[in-house]
Amino acid sequence: METGLILVTGVLYAAAIYSLLRRSLVRLALGLVLLGHATNLTLFVANGVSRALPPLLPEDGTPLAGPLSDPLPQAFILTAIVINFGMLALLLGVVHRTEREVGRDDIEALRTEDPSHESPET
Amino acid sequence: MNTLLILPLLIPALAAALGLLLPRRVWPRRALALVATSALTAGAAWLLWEVWHGGVLVLRVGGWEAPVGITLAADLLGALMVLLTGVMGVAGVVYGAGTLEPRLEAGAFHPLLLVMLTGVCGGFLTADLFNLFVWFEVMLVASFVLLTLEAGRARLEACLKYMMLSLLGSALFLTALALLYAVGGSLNMADLARRLPGTSQPALATAAAMLLIVVFGLKAATFPFFFWLPASYHTPPVVVTTLFSALLTKVGVYALFRTFTLLFTGDPGLTHRVLLWMALLSMVTGVLGAVAQYDFRRLLSFHIISQIGYLLVGLALFSRVALAASIAYWVHYVFAKSALFFVTGATERVTGTQDLARMGGLARSHPVLAGLFLVPALSLAGVPPLSGFFAKMALLRAALREEAWWVAGVGAAVGLLTLFSMMKVWREAFWKQPPHEARGSTGPAALLGPCVVLALLMVALGLGARPLYLLADAAAAQLLEPSAYIHAVLGGDT
Repeated sequence: METGLILVTGVLYAAAIYSLLRRSLVRLALGLVLLGHATNLTLFVANGVSRALPPLLPEDGTPLAGPLSDPLPQAFILTAIVINFGMLALLLGVVHRTEREVGRDDIEALRTEDPSHESPET
Repeated sequence: MNTLLILPLLIPALAAALGLLLPRRVWPRRALALVATSALTAGAAWLLWEVWHGGVLVLRVGGWEAPVGITLAADLLGALMVLLTGVMGVAGVVYGAGTLEPRLEAGAFHPLLLVMLTGVCGGFLTADLFNLFVWFEVMLVASFVLLTLEAGRARLEACLKYMMLSLLGSALFLTALALLYAVGGSLNMADLARRLPGTSQPALATAAAMLLIVVFGLKAATFPFFFWLPASYHTPPVVVTTLFSALLTKVGVYALFRTFTLLFTGDPGLTHRVLLWMALLSMVTGVLGAVAQYDFRRLLSFHIISQIGYLLVGLALFSRVALAASIAYWVHYVFAKSALFFVTGATERVTGTQDLARMGGLARSHPVLAGLFLVPALSLAGVPPLSGFFAKMALLRAALREEAWWVAGVGAAVGLLTLFSMMKVWREAFWKQPPHEARGSTGPAALLGPCVVLALLMVALGLGARPLYLLADAAAAQLLEPSAYIHAVLGGDT
């Protein structure tokens, strides 16, 4: 189980970095998404994967026996996924705007001569 | 009085929500933002007063006990930073009223600004590293949208760089938290501070510390991680740049102060030495970058990096005198740098350009503006009797007391270069013959008003420096003696 997760994490990191190094804006966004997932899995693996009981008390209140799984890493990951998702939506919006403005899905096309420098001629 | 702690989060968050419900007109939204930021300032001042008299304040949100639930805590440093946030919020709204296009002000600008303030205050007040991550994201989302509002091509480029770097930083932050949780079994800072010294894996804890240096260094734009800042900070409206420089990078510095006085004090020979080098190199590269620039706002953006170096020197030296000097410098710096950025808005309105080579003669045509530039510029360079002189002197004395004479030497040299670059701006923009006639006026009082207030504050902090230093000293003492903080956060069972 852990070995599988570790492999998946590695593949995700590799794919993320590969995408981040491309020139395409969309791939850049994709790379960040993959990086987010890779990080979430790291958080999960680093804190122990187990088949322990969920830490929930039964309704009659009998105390739980045996090892319990730690719910906090999962809560962290859940929060991180939500945040990641929101960021992705925003990033895709900006990428879309940029592509419409520039006309090409290429980072190089963004390299402007900084038109903010030029003042209107008087 | 512990419920006071929720005010700095509740006021801007509620006002942001309310602001979106108001009609899309300038006046109602502007008035609401002004009321909300003023209320935030008042609440923060009250909070600081209570912390000053009663020690660390803690609020357990929802009544959950400390290591498990969400906890807010304010010590003197946190409360002081929230107060600064409130003051800068008011200044930003007033300045925005004088400079922004009505379309922006009637639109999403004010609600976004308030969301950003919520995130910043949350970062200052949280007692939990994971919540710090969440507040970082709140702040970042708002800043991304502020940066892209009405963006043209250049600004989109800047924003993409900033977004990519920030999101990369967030991923690294989460990785560091994964390591820390694996080592310490908690992300509550007070709880971690108690558990880390006895950990069986000190190397992993140090690895997490290094990752956090990278993450917070990226947010604070320190030496190896600063490149995104001058690439993006000169593009948005002046008021947005000002608030970013006054607040966003400072949350990174604050996070470094918090984690490296509370959590990672076990191996200062390594961690604080790394911080010292980062600080020194930031000071030098920042000021050298500034000396080379001819674009007014880019020049100031490079100065941000240099000044953040000064702030970190105090943390890296890690003595009470040095920390106190850093905190005092912090307050002075936020005022001085914001005033300078505000002035660039006025000069741009008068001359129609940010390029120093195209300006000139403003000292004769706009003497008031020249005076308003000179006060923060000299203060930033450390000329007496302005606030910067005492702040800088305190830092140098702290370095000498630690017998780090070369740190003091670098600090003094960088101070001279700062003065040199400010004199360059003075010569180019205000003194030399203008290449063509300056046109236009400096605009409404809302534009110069915040500059005047900030300049007066700098003179006041220079002539009456004592209260600020007493406060900074007490805050530094709290940082170096974290048992009170830990005890307050965790409750009685420590």
